[in-house]
Amino acid sequence: MTLARRSSGFLKPLSTACSSSFLHRRPYSTDDTTTITVETSVPFTGHNCEPPSRSVDTNPKELMTFFTDMALMRRMEIAADSLYKSKLIRGFCHLYDGQEAVSIGMEAAITKKDCIITAYRDHCLFLGRGGTLLESFAELMGRTAGCSNGKGGSMHFYKKEACFYGGHGIVGAQVPLGCGLAFAQKYRKEGHVTFTMYGDGAANQGQLFEALNMAALWDLPAILVCENNHYGMGTAEWRAAKSPAYYKRGDYVPGLKVDGMDAFAVKQACKFAKEHVLKNGPIILEMDTYRYHGHSMSDPGSTYRTRDEISGVRQERDPIERIRKLILAHDLATEKELKDIEKQARKEVDEAIVKAKESPMPDEPELFTNVYRKGFGVESFGADRKELRTTLP
Amino acid sequence: MASIFQGVGAATSLSSSTSIDTKKFHFCSRRSRSERKASFVVVRSGGAKVENRIGGRAEQLVTNAVAAKADTPTAATVSKPGHELLLFEALREGLEEEMERDARVCVMGEDVGHYGGSYKVTRGLAEKYGDLRVLDTPIAENSFTGMGIGAAMMGLRPIIEGMNMGFLLLAFNQISNNCGMLHYTSGGQFKIPVVIRGPGGVGRQLGAEHSQRLESYFQSIPGIQMVACSTPYNAKGLMKAAIRSDNPVILFEHVLLYNLKERIPDEEYVLNLEEAEMVRPGEHVTILTYSRMRYHVMQAAKTLVNKGYDPEVIDIRSLKPFDLYTIGNSIKKTHRVLIVEECMRTGGIGASLTAAITENFHDYLDAPIVCLSSQDVPTPYAGTLEEWTVVQPPQIVAAVEQLCR
Repeated sequence: MTLARRSSGFLKPLSTACSSSFLHRRPYSTDDTTTITVETSVPFTGHNCEPPSRSVDTNPKELMTFFTDMALMRRMEIAADSLYKSKLIRGFCHLYDGQEAVSIGMEAAITKKDCIITAYRDHCLFLGRGGTLLESFAELMGRTAGCSNGKGGSMHFYKKEACFYGGHGIVGAQVPLGCGLAFAQKYRKEGHVTFTMYGDGAANQGQLFEALNMAALWDLPAILVCENNHYGMGTAEWRAAKSPAYYKRGDYVPGLKVDGMDAFAVKQACKFAKEHVLKNGPIILEMDTYRYHGHSMSDPGSTYRTRDEISGVRQERDPIERIRKLILAHDLATEKELKDIEKQARKEVDEAIVKAKESPMPDEPELFTNVYRKGFGVESFGADRKELRTTLP
Repeated sequence: MASIFQGVGAATSLSSSTSIDTKKFHFCSRRSRSERKASFVVVRSGGAKVENRIGGRAEQLVTNAVAAKADTPTAATVSKPGHELLLFEALREGLEEEMERDARVCVMGEDVGHYGGSYKVTRGLAEKYGDLRVLDTPIAENSFTGMGIGAAMMGLRPIIEGMNMGFLLLAFNQISNNCGMLHYTSGGQFKIPVVIRGPGGVGRQLGAEHSQRLESYFQSIPGIQMVACSTPYNAKGLMKAAIRSDNPVILFEHVLLYNLKERIPDEEYVLNLEEAEMVRPGEHVTILTYSRMRYHVMQAAKTLVNKGYDPEVIDIRSLKPFDLYTIGNSIKKTHRVLIVEECMRTGGIGASLTAAITENFHDYLDAPIVCLSSQDVPTPYAGTLEEWTVVQPPQIVAAVEQLCR
């Protein structure tokens, strides 16, 4: 979220020098010196810990960045929906629209050295970590320009340089992996943390509690983030879990319940969690969020919940609307400018899709690359000779 | 007639092999099955003619960068001043040397730290390297295996110990989906240099659940390598090679072999993960085996030698991928194959090996491949029944006699 030049006044035209996935700056306020204090929608609820305060400091630049990035994410997911329906994306496609605030708020609170690992609803998290639209769409369509060279698919987005560890298809299997990342961070004493994300469905997996036990035992810097969108695939949370208070499930591990549709609440919670975890060991954050689409593209999303419920949440709690109202209330941009930003997002997404369609499908030799690391790659020698005996390619 | 036929075969394989040489050698073992068929023709050391019961024939050299040349003696080439130790001590030595060499190597498993390892493989390491590097985990195989894999994604090189291989069934999802596949699905971004090790196999009346042979379940997972050690010499060498390898390696040990004593060299050595070991060169029949069955085969070999047979015994060591180079050379010499394994009959290592040999060396076989494996039953507790479950030396002798008729 870097900007080329800081402007001290309003409505100064700015040069653009950012990456292709961000918008060209329009002349709205992008000052990052004025502090605006925002109240989160609801106070935090803590379990075994003191919840942080409701007031979050922000600035106009951050507000505008939140809006811009969330609009881009929303656009990307809707475009993925139509690509899936036109059979350009196959297999499974799990969409994140409605839950963007979790990704945006988290990114605002952490650095690119902190690790994030999540399950299969990973497109927007990938974007938040610095992935480009081209890489996302190409991967979704199985082209070589994709982030995993087209061999991973929707559920396997990774970005090693930005410490984004994916992208996992099996529910709950990423939680022990996330604790492993935290273990390595502790081993290396680097002072970074890992955000291990899972859903309300995965919260009932045994391996989660096993991993939590180990993380608490060894004080690993792991933050377990439960993105509670209230439906585990097609089953509502009250039908799947005896105790839907996921933030309390850690028992001896402290927890915090956060309104996941409010980007600032998420930001505050992640900041709090990062500080907590580096001193005291793991913490569970439950993000109360909602997904507008079904579980995946093969699920209409309306057989287990009513359309009224979906539109109700959209009207009252939509994360982008919330930011829009804040921007308008603080007079940082006009309605028209915000609409222009959304149009720009749409344009960028369309351009990325065109470019992604041009990218070729991987050819046959690609089938066998990266099964093993550099062939078998072991140098070996016998005790009778110290020289190299064989190196396999 | 046989020699003319063989000559024709050799000529055609030579011509296709030269075309392979000109291609850049890309690693793609699966699709180069037909190409690799040609690469197994080898020259005997000194070009000596091979005398066997069928008839000698000339063989040609093919230069393909797969494994060592045939003139190097394998197995325990012991330089006399070595030191004697037991197999679990050899494993520990290898482990300790690697931990000393690379600070990223760490061990995690149940009872590996303060207790010293249930088979004493990690004894003394926790005192030396600390509790974080030799980590005592709770009894949660699924998650600590996942943890090891996550740590490997971040750059560490963990060695995950299953107290008994059978317990790793609980971690099958992590091993199959995350360990084996992450390098591929991430487009090469992450490497998973883990070593998953533990004792398996049929022990002394341990019961059905603690006598499992998981090599057959893991063998089709793409992206992993499997090796089985059988002597202190190869245990230490394979342990070191597995730790140094950037791929996930599953090292199968055997409960009954931990107390084997052997003299191993003082110098540092690392064995090749994909190479088989020639235990006893011979002429009449190739016996392929691994792990504990090697000792049953060697016992049977004594009887066979007394009866006038000359078996060639190869310890395949590498269960995935098979060292078809060594195996192929042997088959081309003897033309008869007997596989002796401890796996179950259905879907075991022997079954895959039979398929691989038939696919590649069918023309060289004079008799159908005989595969002796354990019975397809849960291992019973009673001692006599347990003995009947696994392959015993008299059965091996009978099979060789049948094969060589």
